[in-house]
Amino acid sequence: MAEFKLPANSRIKDGKSHPMPVGAKRVKRFRIYRWDPESGENPRIDTFHVDLDSCGPMVLDALIKIKNEIDSTLTFRRSCREGVCGSCAFNIDGTNTLACTKPIDDIKGDVKIYPLPHLPVVKDLVPDLSVPYAQYRLIQPWLQAETPPPAGERLQSPEERVKLDGLWECILCFCCQTSCPSYWWNGDRYLGPAVLLQAYRWIADSRDEATGERLDQLNDPYRVFRCHTIMNCTNTCPKHLNPGKAIAEIKTLLAQRIL
Amino acid sequence: MAQLRSSLGRVRGLGSAKEGVGHWWAQRVTAIALVPLAIWFVIAIVSLIGADYATFQLWLAQFGNALLMILTVIVLFYHAHLGMQVVIEDYVHGEGTRVATLLAVKFVLASLAASCVLAVVLVALRS
Repeated sequence: MAEFKLPANSRIKDGKSHPMPVGAKRVKRFRIYRWDPESGENPRIDTFHVDLDSCGPMVLDALIKIKNEIDSTLTFRRSCREGVCGSCAFNIDGTNTLACTKPIDDIKGDVKIYPLPHLPVVKDLVPDLSVPYAQYRLIQPWLQAETPPPAGERLQSPEERVKLDGLWECILCFCCQTSCPSYWWNGDRYLGPAVLLQAYRWIADSRDEATGERLDQLNDPYRVFRCHTIMNCTNTCPKHLNPGKAIAEIKTLLAQRIL
Repeated sequence: MAQLRSSLGRVRGLGSAKEGVGHWWAQRVTAIALVPLAIWFVIAIVSLIGADYATFQLWLAQFGNALLMILTVIVLFYHAHLGMQVVIEDYVHGEGTRVATLLAVKFVLASLAASCVLAVVLVALRS
């Protein structure tokens, strides 16, 4: 059955509260999920106070400040700090998004930061992404064509190229993947919104010649049809893409083959 | 069970079933069919409020009414079956429990559909 209650060893406890910075005027409280696999202890929520007058505007700035100045053991992924690498995806203020493009001022009250939901946690805010990555590999995310390439590039008309807009921008941060209840309950068999948007990116590519094989791979009660158009994916996407629509396009193409 | 199988092996699993779109399409077709059928059904029931059994029996004995009633019942239970199947596949995870629940739902809904059809036929033919 679906899991409605956490196992005893993953119940979250109240953790350390770090002191207020001295002389700070604008202080924001950050409540951050912590878990150390080596300690054998339950996960906890630590409280940090950040002086906003000496901190950059984004949630990632605060996380880096906390790691630099308060607790160097705080563990999280980050890289580009400008919303193109997809590393710093967390559940912030109840929504999956990128810490580097989420302004602290957008959040009323305490800033609560958890790892992406329903994935095994490696440490603190770092989730184990090996299953989503394997699912991405399953859809063979590369151009497949038997026609030998012409001298130079494989050409596309402007109209053909436009079909990839809203798809190529995906940075695989997996905010949508881990916001989907269907993916929470059946993530072992359902491919999830991020992977299906990527699958459609290759199906929609006019240069690709493996459309039929790609659709064969997807036509499965679990791989695609666990999508019940809940649309959390589209709501949460920090790049403002529409995985829900991409999945609907896949279903339409599958239906087209039998009608 | 300890799992040392690679993530890719687990995710590929038994491969694509290469079916699933049929179920999805049937769910849409029955949903569309239920729109006019449900409207007809509600209007029919409302117009029969307060009628005695003899009036109802005469009403159901008419070819069109009996036909629409049987269609409503079959499409409704088929649609219900498709929907219940999805809910079970979503939430019931043990292989054995899932198959058992799916079978139970199939048998119950098929029996309900058959008894409704039989009831319509028996009432309509009683003159």
